[in-house]
Amino acid sequence: MKQLNNILEGFGSTWLLLVRSLSYTATLPRQFGRFVEQCYLIGYTTLPIVAILSFFIGSVLALQAGRSMQDFGTQQFIGSLVGLSMARELGPVMVAILLAGRVGSAIAAELASMKVYQEVDALETMNIPPARMLVLPRLAAVLVMMPVLTIIGDLVGWFGGAIVAKYTKIISIEPESYFAVLRHYTHFNDVINGLMKAELFGFVVVLVCCNIGLNTRGGPREIGASVTRAVVVSLILILVLDYFVTQVLT
Amino acid sequence: MPSSPSPAGATRNPFTQVETAAVGVSVEHLSKNFGSLQVLKDVTFSVEPGEIFVLMGPSGSGKSVLLKHIVGLELPTSGRVTVDGKDASSEATREQVRMALVFQSGALFNSLSVYDNLALYPREHQITDEAGIREKVMHALKILSLDGVDQKSPSDLSGGMKKRVAIARALVMEPQLMLYDEPTSELDPVTSATISEIIATLKQEYHVTTIVVSHDRELALNISDRVGILMDGALISLGPPSDLKAPTDPHIAEFLYPKIDLQHPRFKNLETTP
Ligand SMILES: Nc1ncnc2c1ncn2[C@@H]1O[C@H](COP(=O)(O)OP(=O)(O)O)[C@@H](O)[C@H]1O
Ligand SMILES: [Mg+2]
Repeated sequence: MKQLNNILEGFGSTWLLLVRSLSYTATLPRQFGRFVEQCYLIGYTTLPIVAILSFFIGSVLALQAGRSMQDFGTQQFIGSLVGLSMARELGPVMVAILLAGRVGSAIAAELASMKVYQEVDALETMNIPPARMLVLPRLAAVLVMMPVLTIIGDLVGWFGGAIVAKYTKIISIEPESYFAVLRHYTHFNDVINGLMKAELFGFVVVLVCCNIGLNTRGGPREIGASVTRAVVVSLILILVLDYFVTQVLT
Repeated sequence: MPSSPSPAGATRNPFTQVETAAVGVSVEHLSKNFGSLQVLKDVTFSVEPGEIFVLMGPSGSGKSVLLKHIVGLELPTSGRVTVDGKDASSEATREQVRMALVFQSGALFNSLSVYDNLALYPREHQITDEAGIREKVMHALKILSLDGVDQKSPSDLSGGMKKRVAIARALVMEPQLMLYDEPTSELDPVTSATISEIIATLKQEYHVTTIVVSHDRELALNISDRVGILMDGALISLGPPSDLKAPTDPHIAEFLYPKIDLQHPRFKNLETTP
């Protein structure tokens, strides 16, 4: 009963925070500096790890698929499998998970510590809404950065697949034919579909992590608890949303 | 700094020297519960425009919670708090009356330099251009003898400096009402005396209505116009500071002039017999 209550409360406060933040959209131009800073932070912390992980995910996909496709003599279609899986599913989901782990946790920690050390209270007494100064620039930044990160993830993943396809003996497909197949079966729509997912996941992750950080109560111990909660809730939401969005978008 | 004090009933802006009417605060039958814990019990008092009111009381008696009600960070369970006649819990009041709370911890923004901490309020409220803001910030730092720390990070400052930066940040808001939460706690006696002097000077020069929460007896005796004593959430005494010199209530006497009595029962448990 208490758990259900907490979930409903979290849902309600998240909505409220969203509405509040969006009501200050007109202040975005004069918060341009904060927006750029957040874009930089999101890109700087996630880009290297997005690149490394996508490379290996693309490689593993090609390797696994190569083994089973070879049984049917269909390994020339590896490009389509890697292309579609990365673009529609693995790219956006992986970027979102990394965002939750690196950026979401950092946001939750920063806002929770601001709350615990009364910086948020100080903002309120100064009549500066935290939703405007702390949440809005982050939401705007994630909307700009998610597509960038996802496209880079897709490209690196495809490239990783191509390398494995060429240098694995049992597959041995030249990059030209790999990419020809990839291009033939992976349409612009599939990429857009993945980018829409990424936008949704990224936005939800940042919003939820902001809300959990700002609702931290108690002492410094609670900062750690908030970070854990923020990451766990983000991961659950990414996977649950992914299921429903995939149903709608196919 | 201007030398002649403002006439009673008017707040002088520290930057423009423009005078506006000082605001009063009224707390009426305020009670506050956190769950089953009753922190404030039917507290009633008022602070006159331009007055320094000192609220004393032991730790945990509800002083900080009371201050939070005045700035609207907490909502009353019952009763009412008004600032300048307007409900303190409404957001509109915060827009109409400039209130500045100096938090016990300072609550400086750790990610910003001292300069940016002070500049945040005028920037966010687009009060003037950067040049005007710079002038205000530097002036406030100067009033608090903080020249040269503007580019430092709050984490590099000593406790006394943090408190002064917090006061300077409040001053930049050009407040009509200044609230201080234990401004002299955790400070050595000399720094405490300096902070008390600053509070009294700001009030004299600018005639800002001032509420100070403290358990510093010296501060209360020296700078207050009136003193209230809060114990276990109830206001048990209210009067001029001269009342503090010879308190009749034994609880108040014990709180204000604690004696270290080694025969007191509370020391019995510490005794060890070999
Ligand atoms: N947000 C809160 N939730 C629950 N209890 C609180 C909260 N804030 C303060 N309290 C309790 O209220 C009492 C008074 O606290 P406070 O006003 O901070 O005391 P002090 O007089 O030392 O400033 C304490 O027992 C404290 O634990
Ligand atoms: Mg306190």
